[in-house]
Amino acid sequence: MTDVLAVTDHRRGDLRDVSYEIITAGRQLADETGGDLHLAVISGTVDEFADKLDRDGVDVIHTVDEGEEFNHNVYTQAVVQLYDDLAPQYVLTPNSVNGLDYAPAVANRLGLPIVTDTVDLDTDGETLIATREMYGGKVETTSELADNAVVTIRGAEWPAAEGTGDAAIEAFDADIDEDAIGSSVNGFEEVAGGDVDISEADVLVSVGRGIEEEDNIPIIEDLADALDATVSSSRPIVDNGWLPKNRQVGQSGKVVTPDVYIAIGISGAVQHVAGMKGSDTIVAINTDPNAPIMDIADYAIHDDLFDVVPALTEEFGG
Amino acid sequence: MKILVTVKEVATVEDEFEIEGTTIADEYLGADLNEWDDYAIEEAVQLQEDGIADEVVTVTIGPEDCEQTIRQALAKGADRAVRVWDDALEDVDLLDVGAKTEILQAVVEEEDPDLVLTGVQAGDDSFAATGVSLAEDLDFEWGAVVNHLEHDFDDGIASVRRELEGGVEELTEIELPAVLTIQTGINEPRYASLRGIRQAQRKELDVQSLADIGVDESAIESQLELTDMYEPESESDVTIWEGSAEETASELGDLLREKGVAP
Ligand SMILES: Cc1cc2nc3c(=O)[nH]c(=O)nc-3n(C[C@H](O)[C@H](O)[C@H](O)COP(=O)(O)OP(=O)(O)OC[C@H]3O[C@@H](n4cnc5c(N)ncnc54)[C@H](O)[C@@H]3O)c2cc1C
Repeated sequence: MTDVLAVTDHRRGDLRDVSYEIITAGRQLADETGGDLHLAVISGTVDEFADKLDRDGVDVIHTVDEGEEFNHNVYTQAVVQLYDDLAPQYVLTPNSVNGLDYAPAVANRLGLPIVTDTVDLDTDGETLIATREMYGGKVETTSELADNAVVTIRGAEWPAAEGTGDAAIEAFDADIDEDAIGSSVNGFEEVAGGDVDISEADVLVSVGRGIEEEDNIPIIEDLADALDATVSSSRPIVDNGWLPKNRQVGQSGKVVTPDVYIAIGISGAVQHVAGMKGSDTIVAINTDPNAPIMDIADYAIHDDLFDVVPALTEEFGG
Repeated sequence: MKILVTVKEVATVEDEFEIEGTTIADEYLGADLNEWDDYAIEEAVQLQEDGIADEVVTVTIGPEDCEQTIRQALAKGADRAVRVWDDALEDVDLLDVGAKTEILQAVVEEEDPDLVLTGVQAGDDSFAATGVSLAEDLDFEWGAVVNHLEHDFDDGIASVRRELEGGVEELTEIELPAVLTIQTGINEPRYASLRGIRQAQRKELDVQSLADIGVDESAIESQLELTDMYEPESESDVTIWEGSAEETASELGDLLREKGVAP
């Protein structure tokens, strides 16, 4: 058993980027184990999706034509049945919100270990070496797993597969037990609209938990005024109700690409970085020289924001 | 309705730290209630205040040290707590999802709740998988990354919003009994009142060993072995501005003018 089964992700008619990245991760593993890469695409317009997913390195694409959108019960049943049928060594899924809604159930049902949010994978065919972060990105770890496993992969860590492949596209007739479906998805809603669109801003002054209290937010607003910039934030600021939801940068917030992003008291958790790493120039103001934000910052000030921010505001006549 | 909330004491790391083998040296570690669990506790307590839950019980896997953290949950309004610990867990570097599932499953089966709330993830090991794995083991329904829960449970159904990526929420109905993994932002966790803290001292905190809950030691054997821990290599060549706040602010000011983005 040396094959790899990788499950793709889509939403509202579009394959998500990680679906192409998981091909690269899966191919890399399959090469190391000397096996085939099987892709699964479940629900939605599976034939259209399969055509798009037929990129270099894919051996077989299994289409499971059940339902329109993601339902974790359908995904769990389909992946378990594919596993039983194909007997792969590893099941890969995206570490997306949906991936996390079925991959642990698949692992449990199959009695396999699960390792989530991996950023690198290596194997000698027997042992899988999974690299992942702990403590909010402060350290990286490797773990070894013998035998078979379910592995979720972090988005944007592997390049998207390119080229056109010649995969066999096979319809998989999953036997979905409707009685076992105890959840239903009734729709979607876009949140975080409103007056300000932070994704349009040229300069973002972005505030994180380092600001400590709601009463301190005005020092960030004063700086933004002086710079003629827009205020954005990391998630805790929005969770606390200190700024509205439309200011949140990140995986579950907005993706922004300003000319300059000033991250003030923001640690740079992966879900935050997902929303701002495309900024042209990133400046971090943080007391912690080891904060993960330093890995992607172009310029950094290792100092107290309560000293630096007022000094900068003053410089611009604020 | 009875609600069980999983509560974890997570390790926090100081700004500067050292690694010893596959752990961070003790002197650089602190302990805190897992951020995501705090929101789960709050949601359960609100359900109780709304007259929907009759009892809120917390369950923790952890040594005696973490009782302070458990008392925080009790001070916020949980009725009683279960803590599972065992010598066999002492030497495990990293308790994997399977092991946590086995232990929590035994407690849930004993308590027989209608709803289990867990945090989306733990701030230290960040697996984000235990809740869904637990649901599957229990044959419960589930929902991951829930950021809104309707409090009426009409027809034994939990109406939730799951927070997807990119500012999109999924509206989902989930049959009870269920496990929901709670995302931050679902509510505003309260601070424990002085009265709550006093009351928490008198609430029941039941300590169980693996044998007590009927879990065999072999069941907690991790299938995942931590083999290395290191500080991630920085990919960037960040320019660090040094000096007083005025000096560094002025460097940043120059950059912004240079880029033509500031007045
Ligand atoms: C499913 C999921 C989705 C998520 N989506 C998002 C998202 O879209 N966006 C998002 O941001 N997060 C998101 N998160 C949360 C994310 O994991 C982090 O918890 C969050 O980004 C941390 O915010 P922070 O950096 O402001 O806070 P912290 O991590 O607490 O960092 C605060 C920083 O401030 C620094 N600091 C403290 N005091 C000072 C001072 N006086 N001067 C200077 N620096 C100081 C500290 O050194 C630290 O680095 C998500 C999490 C999950 C599980």
